[in-house]
Amino acid sequence: MADKRINDLFITGDQTYATIDQSVGRLVLDPKAHTTNWFKWLVVGVMGTGLMMFSIAWLLFQGTGIWGNNVPAAWGFDIVNFVWWIGIGHAGTLISAILLLLRQQWRNSINRFSEAMTIFAVMCAGLFPLLHTGRPWNDFWLFPYPNILGMWPQFRSPLLWDVFAVSTYFSVSLVFWFVGLIPDFANLRDRSTNKYGKLAFALLALGWRGSNQHWHRYEQMYYLLAGLSAPLVLSVHSIVSFDFAISIVPGWNVTVFPPYFVAGAVFAGFAMVIIWAIPLRKYYKLEHLITNRHLDWMAKITLATGLIVCYGYFLEVFFQWYSGNPYEFRLLTNTRFSGMYAKFYWALIVCNGIIPQIFWWNKARTNVWSLMIVSIAVSIGMWLERFVIIPMSLTSNYLPSSNKPYYPSFWDFGMFAGTLGFFTMLMILFIRFLPMINIFEVKDLLYKFQGKKEYVEGQLPVEMN
Amino acid sequence: MSSQVFRPRANSIAHMTIIAIAVLPLTVGLAIASLSRSPANTKVNVAKNQPVPFSHQHHTWELGIDCRYCHTSVEKSSFAGIPPTETCMSCHSQIWTNSPLLQPIHDSWDTGTPIKWNKVNKLPDFVFFNHSIHVNRGLNCNTCHGPMQDEHITAKGNAFQMSWCLDCHRAPDRYLGWNKDIAKENPGLTPREMAFKLYWKLQEKGKGDLSQVETELINGHFMGSDHAEDREAGKEIVAKLGIKVQQLADCSVCHR
Repeated sequence: MADKRINDLFITGDQTYATIDQSVGRLVLDPKAHTTNWFKWLVVGVMGTGLMMFSIAWLLFQGTGIWGNNVPAAWGFDIVNFVWWIGIGHAGTLISAILLLLRQQWRNSINRFSEAMTIFAVMCAGLFPLLHTGRPWNDFWLFPYPNILGMWPQFRSPLLWDVFAVSTYFSVSLVFWFVGLIPDFANLRDRSTNKYGKLAFALLALGWRGSNQHWHRYEQMYYLLAGLSAPLVLSVHSIVSFDFAISIVPGWNVTVFPPYFVAGAVFAGFAMVIIWAIPLRKYYKLEHLITNRHLDWMAKITLATGLIVCYGYFLEVFFQWYSGNPYEFRLLTNTRFSGMYAKFYWALIVCNGIIPQIFWWNKARTNVWSLMIVSIAVSIGMWLERFVIIPMSLTSNYLPSSNKPYYPSFWDFGMFAGTLGFFTMLMILFIRFLPMINIFEVKDLLYKFQGKKEYVEGQLPVEMN
Repeated sequence: MSSQVFRPRANSIAHMTIIAIAVLPLTVGLAIASLSRSPANTKVNVAKNQPVPFSHQHHTWELGIDCRYCHTSVEKSSFAGIPPTETCMSCHSQIWTNSPLLQPIHDSWDTGTPIKWNKVNKLPDFVFFNHSIHVNRGLNCNTCHGPMQDEHITAKGNAFQMSWCLDCHRAPDRYLGWNKDIAKENPGLTPREMAFKLYWKLQEKGKGDLSQVETELINGHFMGSDHAEDREAGKEIVAKLGIKVQQLADCSVCHR
């Protein structure tokens, strides 16, 4: 079975433009396309969002003291979750911008929902540092503007660069997503029979008529935006890594951090795309558009970035020894390899270092269960990685007084679970109200497929140019 | 297939929307910026009602009473001091004893209950301001409080916003050299004595005979001086008094 499946193309079955319109557009235009399962997941998402709202309300009422953060671990779950969520978003930007510029058209059927994931993940991520400040109503102080305090933010601090990196990332991703949706909005406007749905899509389509001029401008805009967001894939998580790498805390002051963080972000992001892609294509019968070949290739990217991350782990260990810094070495031996937190370090090595290696086998890359298990392991592993970096380093510092354990509180877990629910809710609503696969780009791919239905060994099925 | 829902006229609405999206945040931002700096927020020059309509203009300019007669602790304490009823009664037990405007003073004297003056200059609790250090470095009262000798009902002379404090704390030499003429005319005076000497100079010579900087101070318009001579004199004072300019704008100077 697997051998046959691996030869699957990017679009399988006898597809025409009409069947693609039908199979994707149906999910938005026909409410019956969504079963009670959709509603159950929405309830899960809404409950999670409620937990998040309640956690935020209680936090604002009580102050950040309800979290486990305290000196020396002034950065706890909040920053762990922030970095984790920011990382999740990176697959979307990589798929939408870098693969577009590299003319990798297999991205056409997975870019839309991974871009949505990017935006929702950055929304979840952004909450944490904003609340971490302790006085979120003063968060506009993060931005430089001529104020009555006569003060500017510290431009030499990577925390300020973070503000710019994340806000740029969010706004560019949002615009990119919306621009990519315009031709599909026009499609849905024309096919919608619901009065209000038609009106909503007409508003969003911005008067798109599909003229040559429209397409010309669209392509210009889309590629320009792709050019803008491509460097963001590298810069955002590099800057997040500077938050740590530029300080002197043992375990943070490592030059490998920027590439190691970026690879980790893409690693976690692709794992999350796989986690969502597998059930979605199954329940909504999109296996002809998100084929095993897509899963196979995404698994390969996961494996490749996972190896870079492993190299990062290796380098960390190497430099903790090679630097000759006794505090770095003590962190390695007493906090990571042994001690009360050691189990998290070893769990991280298992989740990110060992489990993904089964992707070297073809069968593992096309079997949905192994893909699911590895992706979940990677998501957990990447969360643990941030935990290993943040509280574990802070509690093994230069001063003996810093050797205090960090314990998260109920509200730390509440916020994290809450953002997971919030993310789920946004994704579930996205699936219902927006086309989760890029209709016109898949049609474009289908056009290029004409006459090439068979996969020939050693040769791409489609001319990629 | 393509059927437009909106008429072509909708295009102009779309254009307007795009312009509004660009212009609106800017307008709102500017509105907030100007409101926060306007007297509506800062209460600068907005006279505050008091139980007794005390006039600084009458007592200091017309009668020539020194600031320190009432604000006794201004040179020694963080708090300048609001005069107790007894200070008022040192004159008003003899003069204007029947004035209805002074009835609250007499009531206070009779009952022993202090008068509740309404606070004009408020600082947040996290700001630790000290009057004595500023006076001892030679800052004249009007620098912060505006033209006190002209005020009938007291109002705030400055907004006391942090950027305004930092204006001096980042370059104190701009603010400290104003008294170079007084220093020449009255050798041997300390900066603290010169701060009050300005009012006596005003009493003796009138507004017409003051230097430009002194006039600015008296009128409450002094925003530091960029004249080379004034800054030179300011730098001398900074050096003489050992003011550590590098540390003067540190957070902990005012926020302990």
